Amino acid sequence: MSTFEAGSLRRTALYDEHLALGGRMVPFGGFEMPVRYAGIFKEHDAVRTRAGLFDLSHMAQYELRGEGVAAWADALTVNNVATMKPFQARYNIFTNPRGGCHDDVIFYRLPDRWLLVVNAGNAGKMWPYLQDAATGRDDVALRSFHGSRALIAVQGPRAVEIAAPLCDVDAAAIPYYFCAEGRVDGVPALIARTGYTGEDGFELFVDGADASRLWRTLLERGAALGIEAAGLGARDVLRLEAGMPLYGFELSEEISPLAGGQGWAVKSAKAEFVGKAALEEQKRADVYDRIAGIVLDGRVPARAGYPVFANGERVGEIKSASIAPSVGNKNVATALVRKSASAVGTELGVEIRGTIHGARVAPLPFYKREKS
Amino acid sequence: MAQPDGLLYSKEHEWLKIEGDVGTVGITDYAQNSLGDIVYVELPRVGQTIQQHGSIGVVESVKAVSDLYTPVGGEVVEVNPALEADPALVNRDAFGEGWLYKVKLADAGERDALLDPQAYDALVAEGAH
Repeated sequence: MSTFEAGSLRRTALYDEHLALGGRMVPFGGFEMPVRYAGIFKEHDAVRTRAGLFDLSHMAQYELRGEGVAAWADALTVNNVATMKPFQARYNIFTNPRGGCHDDVIFYRLPDRWLLVVNAGNAGKMWPYLQDAATGRDDVALRSFHGSRALIAVQGPRAVEIAAPLCDVDAAAIPYYFCAEGRVDGVPALIARTGYTGEDGFELFVDGADASRLWRTLLERGAALGIEAAGLGARDVLRLEAGMPLYGFELSEEISPLAGGQGWAVKSAKAEFVGKAALEEQKRADVYDRIAGIVLDGRVPARAGYPVFANGERVGEIKSASIAPSVGNKNVATALVRKSASAVGTELGVEIRGTIHGARVAPLPFYKREKS
Repeated sequence: MAQPDGLLYSKEHEWLKIEGDVGTVGITDYAQNSLGDIVYVELPRVGQTIQQHGSIGVVESVKAVSDLYTPVGGEVVEVNPALEADPALVNRDAFGEGWLYKVKLADAGERDALLDPQAYDALVAEGAH
């Protein structure tokens, strides 16, 4: 992480659990986080076929209160906030005046407040940005629980079986992208049917003091169903297969929601919001570079920043890449390329250590689970 | 973590097994464990002349590219043909089936620069990379 400064790393409430499980810790978003335990592909397989348990407590949790929150947030983001129903969750993007992205986030609407979850690596700029945007408004109050509240995700086809019986509400009945307030294993929690893996599951927001016990309970209860602790490495492969953007790669201050493949979240019918004019102009002109899914020939891995060519001309660069176990072990990637090189089927070349490797544009997402 | 006897080791975490004038080269179990799931191994070509401590290929895990160095110089006489289809062999059996290549030693004296199992064990215990 470019934002990482040596010696300033924080630990989540689950740090000791990660060490006990043999987690390999790396700096991520200002925290020491487990990149893997048993192995990225083993953990990936657990999430796709059984269940995986993730510590996402590094992500920043902000609580928003006040009559003005919906209108305030609607003016800063591309997706609709005011139209959200109580207990609904919604993906959204904070944009800059040029139409680029400050961050991609999830809003959760509760009867008396909102929860906003931002990327850990962006918390350093988002917290001052949000505070600044709320200055002078007595109808918007912000409070950060970054680092003090924990977030545990249970993801995979057996996730509901594992977690729902621990809840004092009917968690299995919570629809996708909705949430409920209740208790999980006796501790107060926001139980959300959200995730970043392409699988069914829950994200459980609990106090940091309750995190270790819940983590252990989930591992114990899920053991018979094959649950495994899963790290950020597996999460990155899972989200790439599922076509989900990762801020800093498919989205950035320079890569707009349209360019990043998230145009579906941009609601142009909404009244004025930051970057709206720029995004409308970008959409009208339709000449912007955009994220494309690509499949490479052979086994040589692509990496972020590798140049991409079409007809001998440089047309862009790789953003994310991995072997995709859920897509027949194909060598997949995303790349930011010129419009002329973005159509599905376009033949591309990716330069890896001086050699051009064949590749072609493929539809996103690479992986879509079969819904039961 | 005891290292296998009968092998020599480099500070770059390669092992070398000498039989006659041919050395078999691989990466150590410590190295494969540090890298995680290996998805690609780029090896030198058969017939290629390599220099001791030269960078002659890469090992790629899901998260990183690592240079592959040569513990000894000489002529490459064989590469492990199984690694192209199954690079994870290196994870499963770093000291055995996951060997990388064989080299005809150019200078028998070069081995003196390598570590014995005890010395390599001490290096690993320090957590050196």
